[in-house]
Amino acid sequence: MHRILSKERFSSRVVKLEVEAPLIARARKAGHFVIVKTGEKGERIPLTIAGADTQRGSITLVVQAVGTSTEKICALKEGDEITDLAGPLGQATHIEKVGTVLCAGGGVGVAPLMPIVEAMQQAGNRVIVVLAARTRELILLEEPMRAFSDEVILMTEDGSYGEKGLVTQGVENVIRREKVDLCVTIGPAVMMKFVAALTKRYEIPTIASLNTIMVDATGMCGACRVTVGGKTRFVCVDGPEFDAHQVDFNEMLLRLKGYDNDR
Amino acid sequence: MTTTDKNALSRQAPWRVELRKAKKNRERAEIPRVRMNEQDAARRSRNKEEVNLGLTPAQAMQEAVRCLDCPNPSCMEGCPVGVQIPTFIKYIEAGRFPEAAGTLKETNALPAVCGRVCPQERQCEARCIHLKMKKEAVAIGYLERFAADHERESGQISVPKTAPSNGIRVAVAGSGPAGLSFAGDMARMGYEVTVFEALHRIGGVLRYGIPEFRLPKRIVDMEIDILRQMGVRFIPNCIVGKTLSREDLLAEGFRGIFVAGGAGLPNFMGIPGENLLGVMSSNEYLTRVNLMEADDPESDTPVWRGKNVAVIGGGNTAMDSVRTARRLGAERAVIVYRRSEAEMPARLEEVKHAREEGIEFLTLHNPIEYLGDEKGRVRGMRLQKMCLGEPDASGRRRPEPIEGAIETLDTDEVIVSVGVSPNPLIPTAFKGLQLSERGCILVEESTLRSSLGEVYAGGDIVRGGATVILAMGDGRRAARAMNAAWRAEP
Repeated sequence: MHRILSKERFSSRVVKLEVEAPLIARARKAGHFVIVKTGEKGERIPLTIAGADTQRGSITLVVQAVGTSTEKICALKEGDEITDLAGPLGQATHIEKVGTVLCAGGGVGVAPLMPIVEAMQQAGNRVIVVLAARTRELILLEEPMRAFSDEVILMTEDGSYGEKGLVTQGVENVIRREKVDLCVTIGPAVMMKFVAALTKRYEIPTIASLNTIMVDATGMCGACRVTVGGKTRFVCVDGPEFDAHQVDFNEMLLRLKGYDNDR
Repeated sequence: MTTTDKNALSRQAPWRVELRKAKKNRERAEIPRVRMNEQDAARRSRNKEEVNLGLTPAQAMQEAVRCLDCPNPSCMEGCPVGVQIPTFIKYIEAGRFPEAAGTLKETNALPAVCGRVCPQERQCEARCIHLKMKKEAVAIGYLERFAADHERESGQISVPKTAPSNGIRVAVAGSGPAGLSFAGDMARMGYEVTVFEALHRIGGVLRYGIPEFRLPKRIVDMEIDILRQMGVRFIPNCIVGKTLSREDLLAEGFRGIFVAGGAGLPNFMGIPGENLLGVMSSNEYLTRVNLMEADDPESDTPVWRGKNVAVIGGGNTAMDSVRTARRLGAERAVIVYRRSEAEMPARLEEVKHAREEGIEFLTLHNPIEYLGDEKGRVRGMRLQKMCLGEPDASGRRRPEPIEGAIETLDTDEVIVSVGVSPNPLIPTAFKGLQLSERGCILVEESTLRSSLGEVYAGGDIVRGGATVILAMGDGRRAARAMNAAWRAEP
């Protein structure tokens, strides 16, 4: 049912999978995610959709092996089936022409940023992308990003590619240089926390796409709850995107560790 | 013909007239009510096997004798799906068990489930004639379970007859009790039914909510399999409103949609510390254990295994959660409830079972804050002591705080079970659907038809949070109404 049509290895721990899912490919919009479960006893984990091909009836997922479930997904081969796949879930990104949009992505968060970059450009925005990674090998999707944006700025922590530094430095350079109307950030929670803190100083509206722990992902269990503007919100149905300046990232970082030692 | 008429007709059958004559009503009424065979409490609180073990054929036949086969059986008025109660019970008395099961299945798509989880003491059994004679009600629920189990264990499971296909396609969103009951009735009338389920397994709350020790999953599987044999198609991992829109379904040729998406969004109390690690909703806790089988070492899904677990709430879901916690190794498992035990919405049987399993009850206490340790894990809670005031809108005495009476309770896991709000997925995805202030789908009461003509809805998505059997009753009513509406059309 959900066969892997192609697999590409981006780095030792990151793979790109093109998965057969015609209904999801047709229904999905930028910002949506899917639930993936591998094996009968597998866990349900959320992955933001990185792209879709309605002709081929497929969606693209970029997965980093960080735990039991993601390792299982990364080990799948071309022709294998994903046991369970459901979506598209969550609220789509609100796309409109606002002027200049700065998209800041880190780690595998760059992948779900791709459809947003594309949609923002198609809506007539000037789109600047900051891609950040620890080292050159981990910079993802540079070429397609260039194709759908006005400028791509590369940041590596070790300076092996692009500029040396963190994503926040790349973002701040752009903000100092020109007027930015909206910032969109996807990446590790700690990265989004610092991007949000930075853009708040400059009073630039900022959207963050949160990837929390989920079980059903349809609004039933509340495992994904986060505090946004002092209120409890459910990432699976209210999100995954929220006003980054309102998100309690410290609480989110803590909650992501909820099952680290409780096997 | 209504099921009451059917029962009356069957009542005239010679075998049944004979059976009635065989014993005087007074003799029948003298027989004491059967006691359910149960797994020993100390043993069962450490395993996940079913607590109730069912009746033996001899026990069931004896209990069936107690039923007076009333000319106007008031028990049937108490049944949301209209089971022909005296008919199936008299079949048991006569030892005709397969026919008893067949009678149940005429009106009830899930008899083995209902025999286990229905609150019979508030429905059929609450209307039993024996109560008027100051005797205990006939154990209708136990007998229902017996008939359904006996059929399954005999290996000769009858599949209800379906009318020849009329070629009309209907879609069901959600495979819980409302959806399954609707699907069964529509299939019986000859419709081509497809049930879409958002999760990866079929059964809705029967799968993710009710624990194995109360409703073994093989029973759910078996009942679903019967529906499959009746021609119902099941599609898991398909979220109506997301994977397929209402327009997609209509374009696919579905003429009607029954929305039975169930309750979603667990309620939290909005008190400090609720997002600490180890504080979770009962939906999350039970879904991890029941749907994801997190208690199985082979499962990739983790679950908290607190040693000192507090469950907030007094309903059936709270009882399911606290008893699950005990089975997962909690040394102390406590129900914290803001009213007194008399106001608890949980079934008496569940409270009794919980107590036998060593669950503590801390009533007239309400959490006001959860306390965390340096790692952000819950370590305790502050409790406001309560007393009971005047009755509130629910008719129960309102809990009121006793000023200054604050206590603390140590705990390493908190499961919040204070109700749910309707699932927002379909209500927000179907444009033009009229909703209540709470977000429930508004329907015409007698037909369950929504503001979108071809969309009907039932179960918790309409009621906000009710029981399996009320949801099943909704499924039946919607099926009848949808069929009637289309018959009336040219």
